[in-house]
Amino acid sequence: MNAFINTFRIPYIGDGAFRVWQRNGNVWLKFYRPSLVGNLGEPILYLLALGYGLGKFIPDISGIPYIQFIAPGLLVSSTMYSACFECTFGSFTRMTTQRTYDAIIVTPVSIEEVIAGDIFWGATKGAIAGLVILLVATAFGLVGSPWVGLVLPLLMVEGLLFASLSMVMTALAPTYDFFNYFFTIAIAPMFLFSGIFFPLDEFPAWAKTASWFLPLTHLVTITRGLFLGKLHISLLINLSLVIAFTVITFYVSITLVKRRLIK
Amino acid sequence: MDVVVEARNLVKEYNSHRVVKGINFSVCKGECFGFLGPNGAGKTTTMSMIICYTPITKGNVTVFGLDVGRYPKKVKQKIGVIPQETNLDPDLTVFENLMVYARYFNIPKKVARNRVKELLSFVQLSDKRDEVILRLSGGMKRRLLIARSLINDPELIILDEPTIGLDPQARHLIWQKLRQLKAHGTTMVLSTHYMEEAAQLCDRLAIMDQGQIIAEGSPNHLITEFVGTEVIEIRSDGQESNYILDSLKEHQFSFERAADTLFLYSREGGRLVQKIKEVKDERIIYRPATLEDVFLKLTGRELKE
Repeated sequence: MNAFINTFRIPYIGDGAFRVWQRNGNVWLKFYRPSLVGNLGEPILYLLALGYGLGKFIPDISGIPYIQFIAPGLLVSSTMYSACFECTFGSFTRMTTQRTYDAIIVTPVSIEEVIAGDIFWGATKGAIAGLVILLVATAFGLVGSPWVGLVLPLLMVEGLLFASLSMVMTALAPTYDFFNYFFTIAIAPMFLFSGIFFPLDEFPAWAKTASWFLPLTHLVTITRGLFLGKLHISLLINLSLVIAFTVITFYVSITLVKRRLIK
Repeated sequence: MDVVVEARNLVKEYNSHRVVKGINFSVCKGECFGFLGPNGAGKTTTMSMIICYTPITKGNVTVFGLDVGRYPKKVKQKIGVIPQETNLDPDLTVFENLMVYARYFNIPKKVARNRVKELLSFVQLSDKRDEVILRLSGGMKRRLLIARSLINDPELIILDEPTIGLDPQARHLIWQKLRQLKAHGTTMVLSTHYMEEAAQLCDRLAIMDQGQIIAEGSPNHLITEFVGTEVIEIRSDGQESNYILDSLKEHQFSFERAADTLFLYSREGGRLVQKIKEVKDERIIYRPATLEDVFLKLTGRELKE
C-alpha cells in the first residue's frame, strides 16, 4: 500500500529539476549550431515547396494566401517534432545506455526532478525550434498581427505537452524501435490531419470530431488565430484542452518512468 | 563510537521474492565496512537501500541518524556513491562532469571549481581535464568516479565493487586512494567479491549469502574463527584422500572435499604436512588461511549463478 501511494502521489518538483535542465542545456550549447540547422531546415523546405511551389496552384483559403495559411501549422509542428525527438531518443539514451539518470538520483536531486528536468528541457528545445520558424515567418512577411507575441508562451506549453507525451513513450519503450509506433501512429497523422495543410471545416462531421482529439489541432487553431489577429473566445476552449492534456501527460509520464526505474 | 549507518531488520522484496531477509548491521565513524558475498547474495540491494535508491520493504536504515526513507535529500547531500557500472556523463568532458555534478549538490561555482581542481589532482587526472569520457581507460574512469563521489566532501562513501574489471596496476592505485581517504577519516561501506580487496581495505566484514549475513567480524577474526590458521590443499582422488585422512586420525583438523581437491584446515599445519608427506609427496600446497577459505567454507564451493 505504501509503495502504491509512493508511486502515485503528486510529485514534489524542486530546484533539482532546474539542475537537470541546466545539464542538458550545457550539452546542447556545445553543439547548438547543427541543432539549429536541423530546426530550420525542414520547416523552411516545407514552407518554400508547399507554400510557394504548391501554393501557386491553390486558391486563397478564407482569403489568405496558401503560404500564410500553412505557416502557423509548420511552426507548431516543428515544436512538436523537436520536443518529441528530445524526450524519446534523447531521454531514452540518458535513461538507459548512458545511465545519466542513475548517476543523478544518488545526489540530492530526486527521480521526479530528473524526469521533470528532462521534460522541461524537451519543452525548451521545442520552443527554440518554434521560435526559429517564427523569426523566419516574420522575415517572410507572413505574420499579420502583434498578437503573435503570445505564441511564445504557447510554444512552452506545447513543448511541455509533447515532451511529456514522449516521456510516456520512453517509460514504455523496451528498445529504440518502439518509437516507430509513436511517430508513425501518433505524430505523423497529427502532422497531416491537424489542419496545417488544409482546413478541416470541409470534412464530414466524424472527421472533425476525430481531429478534436488530436492536441495539435487546437494548437494550430490558436496559433493561426494569433498570426492573423483573428481572435475568438472559442480559442480559450482550445487552450484549456491543451493545458488539461499537458497536465495529465506530465503527471502520467513521471509516474510511469518512476515505476520503470525504481524497483 | 559514533554510528554512521545502522540497519535494523532490513528486508527487501521484489514481487514477494525476498532478496534481503531481515539483516542488522551498523557501521561506525571512520570505519571501512565490507559486504562480501557471491553474486545474488543481496549486497548491491542492501547498499542501494542505504543510498536511498531502492525503496525499503520492511525495517529501516539510518544514515547519520536520519531515516533514509524519510529524509532522502538530506542523506544524499552527505554521502558519496561509487557505482558498480560506470555512469559518467559521456556528453561532457572530465572537468565538466565534475562541475555539473557539483551543481546537483548546489555547490557554488567558485567553490566547485577549486574542489574539482583538487580532486583531479588527488586521482591523478589533472592532465585529462578536457578529455571526453570515451577516451579514458577503465582505471581512469574509476578514478574519475572516485573524484565525483567526493565532490560534496562526504563523510560517508558507498562503493559497489570499486575495482571490478580493472588490471592489477589500476586496482592497486584505487586501493591506495581509498586507503588515503580512510586515513583522512572517511567512513566507507563497500561491497566486493574480491577477497584481496576485502582484506586490503576493510576493518570489518559481513559475509552475505542468500539475503542474510552469515558471519561478521574483522578479516583476521573471521579467518581464525572459521578456518583456523593454516590450509593444506592436496590434489587427490577419492581413494587416496581417504587413505590420507586415515593416517591423520590423531591430529586436530577439519576438512572439506571439492572435486579433485582435499582441503585440510588446522592450527598445526606443519606437523600435518610432515605426516602427509610420508604417504604422498607431490601436489601439496601448504599456506596460511585466507578470507577466500572462509568465504568458500561458508557460502559453498558450487557455482552461484
